[in-house]
Amino acid sequence: MGLPYSEKVIEYFKNPKNVGKIEDPDGKAQEGSPACGDMVKVYIKVDQDTQTITDIKFESYGCASNIATGSIITEMAKGRTVEEAKSITWQDAADELGGLPPIKAHCSVLAIDGLRSAIRDYEERHGLVKEKEPTTAEVVEKRLKRVMNPMTGLDVIRTDLIHDISVEEGVVEIYVDLTEDHQFANAIKEDIKEKIEPMWDVEKVVVHFVE
Amino acid sequence: MVSRKKVYMDNASSTRLDERVMEAMEPYFFDKYAVATSEFGHSMGVEAKEGLDGARKTIANKLGASPQEIVFTSGSAESSNLALKGVLSAQGGHLIISDIEDFPVLHSARTLEKNGYDVSYLPVDHEGSVDPEDLKKEIRDDTVLVSIQHANQEIGTIQDIKKLADICADKGVLFHTDATHTFTRFPFDVNEIPADLITISANAIHGPKGIGALYVREGIKIKKQMEGGFQEFDKRGGLENIPGAVGFAKAIELVTEDENDRIKGLRDRIIDRVLKEIPDTTLNGAREERLPQNANITFHYVEGESITLHMDMRGVSVSTGSACFSRSLEASHVIMGIGGDHERAHGSVRFSLGRYSTKEDVDYVVDNIKEVVERLREISPLGKE
Repeated sequence: MGLPYSEKVIEYFKNPKNVGKIEDPDGKAQEGSPACGDMVKVYIKVDQDTQTITDIKFESYGCASNIATGSIITEMAKGRTVEEAKSITWQDAADELGGLPPIKAHCSVLAIDGLRSAIRDYEERHGLVKEKEPTTAEVVEKRLKRVMNPMTGLDVIRTDLIHDISVEEGVVEIYVDLTEDHQFANAIKEDIKEKIEPMWDVEKVVVHFVE
Repeated sequence: MVSRKKVYMDNASSTRLDERVMEAMEPYFFDKYAVATSEFGHSMGVEAKEGLDGARKTIANKLGASPQEIVFTSGSAESSNLALKGVLSAQGGHLIISDIEDFPVLHSARTLEKNGYDVSYLPVDHEGSVDPEDLKKEIRDDTVLVSIQHANQEIGTIQDIKKLADICADKGVLFHTDATHTFTRFPFDVNEIPADLITISANAIHGPKGIGALYVREGIKIKKQMEGGFQEFDKRGGLENIPGAVGFAKAIELVTEDENDRIKGLRDRIIDRVLKEIPDTTLNGAREERLPQNANITFHYVEGESITLHMDMRGVSVSTGSACFSRSLEASHVIMGIGGDHERAHGSVRFSLGRYSTKEDVDYVVDNIKEVVERLREISPLGKE
């Protein structure tokens, strides 16, 4: 048909799996927000004895990639342990879907974030998390692996787009290797802010473009 | 699912060529293919020049202009580039544009700004109209050019173009308007509306791609942006696209008032049916002062690319202002410019009509989008409380 999506993406987009809400979930999370664009909600039920995800559902306010990724990761996570589910990556989901266009990485990674956050919510509610970790440059760098480079479909760390990161008294400054008027400069900036601003001890995020 | 057919409702992006335009162009590919030359050149060149001159005259007449004020270009983008960059680089000074201009004007202005020119951006109200009082206040002693579109490419809002042009004329400032989407759909006479530069294009009215024109009022200093020979009154170099020019002229002749009325009726049918039959929908742009061929509606709680993809699978071509659909991953600057938020841009869909649109098409599209939006809302976390 000439669409940029694999047959499997189209199939999951047309007939999404595990859609809906779980009443009384053991963990739930929302990633993205209507203000920024796409948004997903993920709900999980966990068997306490085996730490296995027995049920998982998602809702999507997003594009085709977002809906398809939500479907595939819920199928991948169901029946697995919490620890196993945590290690599902965007790449795993993309491979399972027969590939995703690079420019769509941004929309689909939200579903993975949703799953991980729902698991974290479960762990927090059940007293399974350690102390909150202070945000350092290393922590920011790790988090930036969730920001996708729309030119390649790989994250901005792996594609060497981040020149430098500094963290000082709650102010995070990130230097991006792009010119300010680059086609994707604004989209990447918004994405970085969306990922870093909610971190618990971050007050302000400043994105600089350097080349 | 309603039975599948093919319905094209993205005429604001590109239109289907009218066969009669093709017929008019054909001799200029196979018989009269020479370069346009003066009477001192060869006879085939003279024949080609007659075609070019005839086309230029038709376009000039439509605008109440003289033929030597029409400069052929490769389309709207080039026309607007020439208008802004050509005037500013010839005369220097301050430029004013509106916040919701189409990309050729917007990006030309940004490039000029980067190169040291001063540019002001006028806000628009929630329907997309520029307040003439705002324009008056923004014009300075060193303002050389104002560029405000005649109608918006996405939300269809029409500006009070006469008032805006009059203000500029009073203050002795040049006025450019991008009339790509209004040309032939509304009368435009430069003797009534004192515009100095006007961008127009053939592809918006079932003419060929790759041909447009810039009206340049006699005597205006403008610097050529495309180097070549001395073609187009030394305002645009390069071999003339004569088949294109002839096709453009033919396309102009084919647009009638009846057609514009008929299209407007279809537009109203889309707007009325959608707003009445689908809950949580918002019309973007003005209800009355809007292009006859444009309807733009936000379907709340769902995302635009999901809608367009589902519609595509049902044979329908429409477009959206959602960030997911755009080449820069940014939400429509037009929807944001009218005070909309990301959410409003996210679920916006543009339906743009043309000569080949029918009432059946409209009903097919509305029936299908109703189903699509309903399905997408079932999986959306929003709008359920």
